[in-house]
Amino acid sequence: MSSAELLLKAAALEQARLARYAQRKLVNRVALTLSLLAMAFGLFWLFWILMETVILGLSGLNLATLSQMTPPPNDVGGLANAIYGSFLMVLLATLVGTPIGIMAGIYLAEFNTTGWLANTTRFVNDILLSAPSIVIGLFVYAVVVTRFKSFSGYAGIMALALIVIPVVIRTTENMLQLVPAGLREAAYALGAPKWKVIISITLRASSAGVLTGILLAVARIAGETAPLLFTALSNQFWTSSLSEPMASLPVTIFKFAMSPYENWQKLAWAGVFIITMAVLGLNILARVLTRSKS
Amino acid sequence: MNTAFPATTEPKISVKNLDFYYGKFHALKDINLEIPEHKVTAFIGPSGCGKSTLLRVFNRMFELYPEQRAEGEILLDGENLLTSKKDVALLRAKVGMVFQKPTPFPMSIFDNIAFGVKLFESLNTSAMEERVEWALRKAALWTEVKDKLSQSGSSLSGGQQQRLCIARGIAIKPEVLLLDEPCSALDPISTAKIEELITELKSDHTVVIVTHNMQQAARCSDYTAYMYLGDLMEFGATEQIFFKPTRKETEDYITGRFG
Repeated sequence: MSSAELLLKAAALEQARLARYAQRKLVNRVALTLSLLAMAFGLFWLFWILMETVILGLSGLNLATLSQMTPPPNDVGGLANAIYGSFLMVLLATLVGTPIGIMAGIYLAEFNTTGWLANTTRFVNDILLSAPSIVIGLFVYAVVVTRFKSFSGYAGIMALALIVIPVVIRTTENMLQLVPAGLREAAYALGAPKWKVIISITLRASSAGVLTGILLAVARIAGETAPLLFTALSNQFWTSSLSEPMASLPVTIFKFAMSPYENWQKLAWAGVFIITMAVLGLNILARVLTRSKS
Repeated sequence: MNTAFPATTEPKISVKNLDFYYGKFHALKDINLEIPEHKVTAFIGPSGCGKSTLLRVFNRMFELYPEQRAEGEILLDGENLLTSKKDVALLRAKVGMVFQKPTPFPMSIFDNIAFGVKLFESLNTSAMEERVEWALRKAALWTEVKDKLSQSGSSLSGGQQQRLCIARGIAIKPEVLLLDEPCSALDPISTAKIEELITELKSDHTVVIVTHNMQQAARCSDYTAYMYLGDLMEFGATEQIFFKPTRKETEDYITGRFG
């Protein structure tokens, strides 16, 4: 080939490349626009919800909301008993559900990864994870409430713990699986027994992820209404006895928001605001924890 | 070369008729080999030849994976470690291992070293501090980390992390140290430091090193084994393997005509 032909060929190749590049840029621009639109769509609703919550919630929020009991219709009062009930039941449900979830997650990730028992556990756990929470509420109603013939804080705790467990099992197993095999081998190579390797090395290496899972589970149960409706029910008064019906924020919001009384509706919004802020705080905390550790 | 320990002394590890299987795959075929005490023995060969596999039999690391099994005898100080009734943890305290990729534990530099020591000894604070310093000095890392012992082990550079792992390995005072391509993830300067360290280690330890790098085997080992497709092709003094190999296959590999 002569040098002129070579030049021509090079020019043609250049042309083809430019055309292809322009096309790629176009595709890129379209994809970028579409994803930005999708994001804007999601954020629009999210911010709208947050804005309504903040405006309506703040207007109903004052010191009495935090210090007084839930009032009768058209009377002044607050949400103190509901806040306390929610706090207590969420805390205890987390304390009950987290160890069970973590231990089951450890079993699935470290002891029995492929056996039939592990696969069955995983399958059942997935069902539990996606089970509508009202089903769990009804289950606890049938098993606990009808047997003891009383709605109670204990029943509410049990229902919430049943929601915590599958979430924690799943996140713990996934986070432990992410720990590189090399790290485990290195610990075994020093002569460490299995329990020591799990507690000091693998669980520690995945602690941020496991903690995130727990916080997400807490955020989830903090807003659950259905499992509490038939279990803890509600209570107009302050009670710290777990064998009595117990008030909670979600159930109170449900009751108050559906009512025709203006003061109840206002309190419902204040409750929504408190839950939203708590859940938002937990999510941010989960983010911060994962970031600072990794 | 150190001649205080002639090759005629009792071997530290004797491998007799060793076969190894990954499920059905026959990865090591009838290996016979004697590893002399207080020497550096290198395993070389192309990828997949079984050199790392052989190393992982010496501390029964393969037992972590149920589909892997070894048949034959490996005598450590005369006792078959494959059939030993002793707890595998005691074997691993005697036969330490350092891996290809640095694996600092998710804890401080100090605790990384103390972790293994605490498993077998209950030392008071000052004795533990002494031990940590001793191990870090041995691994030529002390001067670099002495002011930041409470920092996380993963904050160190790759070469420092690998020396931390070596320090961690020697802190429990093993008799044998297995090194599985300890420099393959490191730059030349870190590699040189670790090679220097390997030579020093043999006064106290029997060192077995797997390496891809033939110059490394030539530089820091006393004995070399050349393996290929699960067979031990040739084993002898490093000088002999590199300068007067008896088998054509070894010569081809050493001279770069193959592999």
